[in-house]
Amino acid sequence: MSGRFGRSPRGMQHWLGFLLLLAVLLAIPFVAALGGQAWVRIANFAILYVFLALGLNIVVGYAGLLDLGYVAFYAVGAYCYALLASPHFGIHLPFWVILPFGAAVACLFGVLLGAPTLKLRGDYLAIVTLGFGEIIRIFMNNLNAPINVTNGAQGITLIDPIRIGDFSFAKTSTIFGVTLSGPQKYYFLLVALAALVIVVNIRLQNSRIGRAWQAIREDEVAAKACGINTRNIKLLAFAMGASFGGIAGGVFAAMQGFVSPESFSLMESITILAMVVLGGMGHIPGVILGAILLTGLPEALRYGIEPLQKAVFGRMIIDPESLRMLVFGLALVLVMRFRPAGLWPSSLRRRELSEATD
Amino acid sequence: MDTLLQQLINGLTLGAVYALVALGYTMVYGIIGLINFAHGEVVMIGTMVAFTIIVSLAGSGMPPLLILSVGLLIAVVACMVLGWGLERVAYRPLRHAPRLTPLITAIGMSIVLQNVAMIIWGRNYITFPPMIEKQIYEVAGASFTNVQVAIVVLAALVMIGLTYLVQRTRMGMAMRATAQNQHVAQLMGVDIDRVIAMAFIIGSALGALAGCMVGSYYEIAHYQMGFMLGLKAFTAAVLGGIGNMAGAMAGGLLLGIIEALGAGYIGDLTGNFLGSHYQDIFAFMVLIVVLMFRPSGLFGERTGDRA
Repeated sequence: MSGRFGRSPRGMQHWLGFLLLLAVLLAIPFVAALGGQAWVRIANFAILYVFLALGLNIVVGYAGLLDLGYVAFYAVGAYCYALLASPHFGIHLPFWVILPFGAAVACLFGVLLGAPTLKLRGDYLAIVTLGFGEIIRIFMNNLNAPINVTNGAQGITLIDPIRIGDFSFAKTSTIFGVTLSGPQKYYFLLVALAALVIVVNIRLQNSRIGRAWQAIREDEVAAKACGINTRNIKLLAFAMGASFGGIAGGVFAAMQGFVSPESFSLMESITILAMVVLGGMGHIPGVILGAILLTGLPEALRYGIEPLQKAVFGRMIIDPESLRMLVFGLALVLVMRFRPAGLWPSSLRRRELSEATD
Repeated sequence: MDTLLQQLINGLTLGAVYALVALGYTMVYGIIGLINFAHGEVVMIGTMVAFTIIVSLAGSGMPPLLILSVGLLIAVVACMVLGWGLERVAYRPLRHAPRLTPLITAIGMSIVLQNVAMIIWGRNYITFPPMIEKQIYEVAGASFTNVQVAIVVLAALVMIGLTYLVQRTRMGMAMRATAQNQHVAQLMGVDIDRVIAMAFIIGSALGALAGCMVGSYYEIAHYQMGFMLGLKAFTAAVLGGIGNMAGAMAGGLLLGIIEALGAGYIGDLTGNFLGSHYQDIFAFMVLIVVLMFRPSGLFGERTGDRA
């Protein structure tokens, strides 16, 4: 193992790159805060989506199972946190109990969804997962009667922030002379979580399980013939993707202090999938890039379109909200049109594509 | 008993609409294996165009039936052009791209169309002008309107026509050949570009028709209406076995009826624990159950384990 971080010039470069990345990551919340806490929140969401997209990448990118209902697990995690740490039921458990619990429940749902759909292929699977996502959303929307479980469309408010002893992530506090606002603290938490999911993704990529997933993605029958237990391995992909979704949901609930079914629409699932595909399926840096771009682009457009219209036409001609989505849609089409394998595909994938395809 | 009959009638109406939209999905899927996510939006645009034409002609003193026909015709033509354009711009360049790529472009186009519609027609619900005077008939305690009759009859005629087109004409033969094997069809002299464009054009025309039906049935239209309708219709297509036209028709009707019955009976069945706002989950519940036992849909052929 005298490779990556050894003392060779290349090793030095790796270290330098790593330190640079660390410095940038450390600087982001403070630079963003110059423009207001709203920008720190946007950065937080970008990282939350990196987390989600990498979770979905396990299911779609590695195992090749097209999941259009990923947001269901995100929702399950968020509601787990919301119900167990809010005045809604009067339960206030600490986060280190709820987050793993939420992940476990989401995992259970993943298996619940995975088990009956093991036989399905490609697009049939896509529509079933989509339906599953909708079912979960409809239940969240309507489980306020006769027993009020989810508080319906109003959602659950006043969710506890993540708190360790007296140290609350919602308040501004000073650590070692540095003043950190609530969103900035969540930023560092999210970066840590994202690092975790990145490590898991990297470790999985070339593991026995990762290779089994790739084998199933390429040819399920051949994989089975090679002695891979396709049933368990596919379930594992679902379960693992779902657990990450559940954790992301829990953090989301804590960070926002509010959840409602509106946050978990099909559009959300589609956006996360678009991040994975647009960035470069199965390729970790690509997926990260996709997630950051697709979170950042709509926000940048939000702030950019209004002044631009005023400058060009002198007044608002088109409703900025719809123009923003219009540009977003066009961007999806154009990127896919000119980079069919994604913005930053893995070299392996690129090689496969340049060969004769069918 | 009258609930049963009533819900069957409502389900049949809704099912006819689902079936028409589902045909659009299934034709495209059968030929190029693409889920055309933007199809629901094509349906919506069709409804909106028909609405605009009908409203602008309403004061002209033309007979209502003529206005309705003109609106329908223009909507159908507009959607045909739109469908052709979609294929040309968003899908044709990606025919050999990885499988998920055209799915994302389809989603992108869907977002684009939705927002273009919102810019043109606004965010609010618009009321679809009733052109035919509504008549209510009563049979055995259940009631239905002439609009419902028109929807079901028209849908049946169109489906018969489409079956004829696919089974008996040269174009239809070319379509079936392309669906079976693109390369071989090409070797036999089939212009597959034309066939694929044709599938989009016909599918969009059916979608426009279905959109006008929904518009005149509910007398309401909205720029987001295509989304749920498209989702349900796609579910119907999968239920019947995607790529199979008879399956799409059957799946559409079945889904409409199941949904209507579900909405009518869910309260009684669960002791009012679940109300009729759970209507939307039936479509998906049934889909999951059916696919558990028949992984390729009700009428889908077992394709074996081809990659």
